[in-house]
Amino acid sequence: MTKKVSVVEKILSANDQLAVENRSRLDEAGVFAINIMASPGAGKTSLIEQTLPRLSEKFRVAVVDGDIATSIDADRASEAGALAAIQINTGGNCHLDAVMLKQALDQLDLKDFDLLLVENVGNLVCPSNFPLGTHKSILVASVPEGDDKPYKYPGMYRGVDALIINKIDLMPYIPFKMDYFRRGVEILNAGLITFPISCTTQEGVDEWINWIIENVEDK
Amino acid sequence: MHELPVAESILSIVLKHAEEAQATQITDLNIVIGQLASVIDDSVQFYWDILSKDTIAEGAQLHFQRVPTQMLCLDCNHAYKPADGEMACPLCDGVLIKILKGEEFYLDSIEIKTEDEE
Ligand SMILES: Nc1nc2c(ncn2[C@@H]2O[C@H](COP(=O)(O)OP(=O)(O)OP(=O)(O)O)[C@@H](O)[C@H]2O)c(=O)[nH]1
Ligand SMILES: [Mg+2]
Ligand SMILES: [Zn+2]
Repeated sequence: MTKKVSVVEKILSANDQLAVENRSRLDEAGVFAINIMASPGAGKTSLIEQTLPRLSEKFRVAVVDGDIATSIDADRASEAGALAAIQINTGGNCHLDAVMLKQALDQLDLKDFDLLLVENVGNLVCPSNFPLGTHKSILVASVPEGDDKPYKYPGMYRGVDALIINKIDLMPYIPFKMDYFRRGVEILNAGLITFPISCTTQEGVDEWINWIIENVEDK
Repeated sequence: MHELPVAESILSIVLKHAEEAQATQITDLNIVIGQLASVIDDSVQFYWDILSKDTIAEGAQLHFQRVPTQMLCLDCNHAYKPADGEMACPLCDGVLIKILKGEEFYLDSIEIKTEDEE
């Protein structure tokens, strides 16, 4: 006998489940965590490098770095003052998932930290499908990527809690229509808090830092 | 891309439901993917074939139902499919939008064989 059985179950529900567990673990230890997503080269590590020295007096910060194969970014985070920098090599995988974050959390004495910055693998498609259990997820867009990215990668813009537009120092050299970009963002994620910054000139970085401080202190 | 973890998740969901239904074989899987959701392509079938080997799901065929994006303008109530590179309302240019369809990513149903009843 052949029959059809209705299932209607989210395909990545196992990841979502584990993300919830990661969240409670972070909450119990009093750690506020931020998942930083972006395309390759948008400036995730540069942002972390700008962020760490500005927060080191206030918070004890750990960094988890997802990278396909190298430890370059974790080394940069240590250099910039992270009290701990854990490298997760995803072995070719294009995103971090909740299992990988769990394994990184296992390597940290969570009660020794107030803030955890997670650098996801550079990719504009996959990371948004794999929540990690962090309190906030943010997207770093950058001017040289082009102003059409919200239209081409809408899924990425949908779920994030803040948007950084990095490399604004390059605006004079690149035909980036800020209005067109922002209009796409507004449709996908109305009222999304946005920080135009340059990691090179440090313009706008303080506003981003204040956003983190407010969030960690409100936790 | 993440076809492998997707195939793994699908297999564990499928085996659970097939067991509850006392299936002896799983022949077909119906998966719904919205246009805005995860981009996975037909290579999932390839991973699926390897993973499902030696289970009752071996040889099952994956069917993907793709759901086009549908947006609703909250200013003028017009429902529309956004054009490439433009998502605002084509009638009133509104940007206050609700996404009605396109974010689905779930296993809708499976087709199974069971022992014929006495
Ligand atoms: N002009 C300019 N260049 C920048 C800025 N921020 C970062 N860069 C440069 O962009 C390049 C990539 O920066 P990273 O911080 O390594 O980018 P990433 O997102 O961490 O890259 P992956 O981890 O490899 O995906 C580097 O050469 C940076 O120096 C900026 O604000 N302006
Ligand atoms: Mg990096
Ligand atoms: Zn309208």
